[in-house]
Amino acid sequence: MATNHSVRSRIRWRTLALQATCAAVLLGSVEAQNAPYISGGGGFITSTKGGNTTYIPIIAPEFVGVLGDHVMVESRATILESYFPRGGGSPGYKHDAFLGLSYLQANVIANRHLSIVAGEFLTPFGTYNERLSPIWISNFEEAPLTFGAGTMGTASSVGGMLRGSAFSNDEINVDYVAYFSAASTNEQFNAERSSGGRVSAYFPNARAEVGASFARLLQNTHENFVGGHFWWEPADSHFRLRSEFAHAPHAHGYWIEADYRLARFGGERSLPGRLEPVFRMQQVFRNRLDAEDGMPSADTNRIDFALDYHLPHEVRVNTSYARELSSNGNRNIWQTGIVYRFLFPLWRDK
Amino acid sequence: MSRMQKFIFGLIVIAVLIPALAQTKAKTRTKKSETAQTTSASMDDSARGQKVFEQNCSRCHNAPEGFPPQVSGTIVRHMRVRASLNAADEKAILRFLNP
Repeated sequence: MATNHSVRSRIRWRTLALQATCAAVLLGSVEAQNAPYISGGGGFITSTKGGNTTYIPIIAPEFVGVLGDHVMVESRATILESYFPRGGGSPGYKHDAFLGLSYLQANVIANRHLSIVAGEFLTPFGTYNERLSPIWISNFEEAPLTFGAGTMGTASSVGGMLRGSAFSNDEINVDYVAYFSAASTNEQFNAERSSGGRVSAYFPNARAEVGASFARLLQNTHENFVGGHFWWEPADSHFRLRSEFAHAPHAHGYWIEADYRLARFGGERSLPGRLEPVFRMQQVFRNRLDAEDGMPSADTNRIDFALDYHLPHEVRVNTSYARELSSNGNRNIWQTGIVYRFLFPLWRDK
Repeated sequence: MSRMQKFIFGLIVIAVLIPALAQTKAKTRTKKSETAQTTSASMDDSARGQKVFEQNCSRCHNAPEGFPPQVSGTIVRHMRVRASLNAADEKAILRFLNP
């Protein structure tokens, strides 16, 4: 017992020393504009599927800290409580809590074309996972039907990633990502053994981006996933078009999302200018059941309509209706949400 | 060498070659276009930063209504990795956020 206590005490002191060292490094390295911050979103979401309503209070904080000129540490967590009907004819609600890290990574900017990422990171397949999944960004409360393809079910990878701008001028920007993930069954760092990458070309004059993704699952049944994306946001317009295609061994599908903020009517801060209608269309085609690919188990067509309203002080109200047509059954999906986006430095300016 | 090892080896080679080739191209371009650089240096940095911000950051999310100036460098560094910005674009956005 005494030995155990002594070991625990030593570990505790070493942990404290490590934390103190990290804090000292952070404090020492902070320049006037490089204070670490906590950002993220908090909100309340309701989702009614086939008559059953689920209530979800959620908070997703994100930490970003810079160490010197080349190193950065960032992390995002999701904390939510889900209240859903008991089902089976029983009245009342059950609830489940969830606390998970979306990513915890260290980034090293090696040179102007290369950043090295290590730790747990969002799997870079397609665009949705890395760019649109935060609750304060996404137009819809639910991810697209093809989201599971290429993101290996966990959406996070544990390992290393190389990324950066390969080539850039006034006509075209080409960026790339390549990653390798080890298998991990740790509760907070759950990942499949996989590898893959993405290449995108952005044309600034046309405001259009095309890209291709590839991923290979390297455990159990080895499978390849291929994806493509196209984004277009015309200049001097509040119209945005985003789309993705994903192909898995036994299913493929796509989604197209178009939104238009009515800022033309009095600017972004006017009453109508804060309104943003959104439309999304999705289709998934399956030729064989496959539990690994994360896509619906049957052919599915779905259309989503949303009306998002951007209130002052970084608050947004999302409402949406979706009709899902599937050989497993058709259903209506109603969702509402209110999301607050926050950002504050971890300490005041010197 | 197994198929798997070949695949990983290929990925590493590609990952190393892309930035290396890009750097070579960038250096060549730099030598060829010294005059162009002088011209671009005279551009309004803040305006260029705004353009880069609109083309890269606003593609995914709306600009925040405001944030404390002491975190602007951290935000831009974060964007550099997330949006794969190059060093020049990072500086331009920083100038735009801190005119």
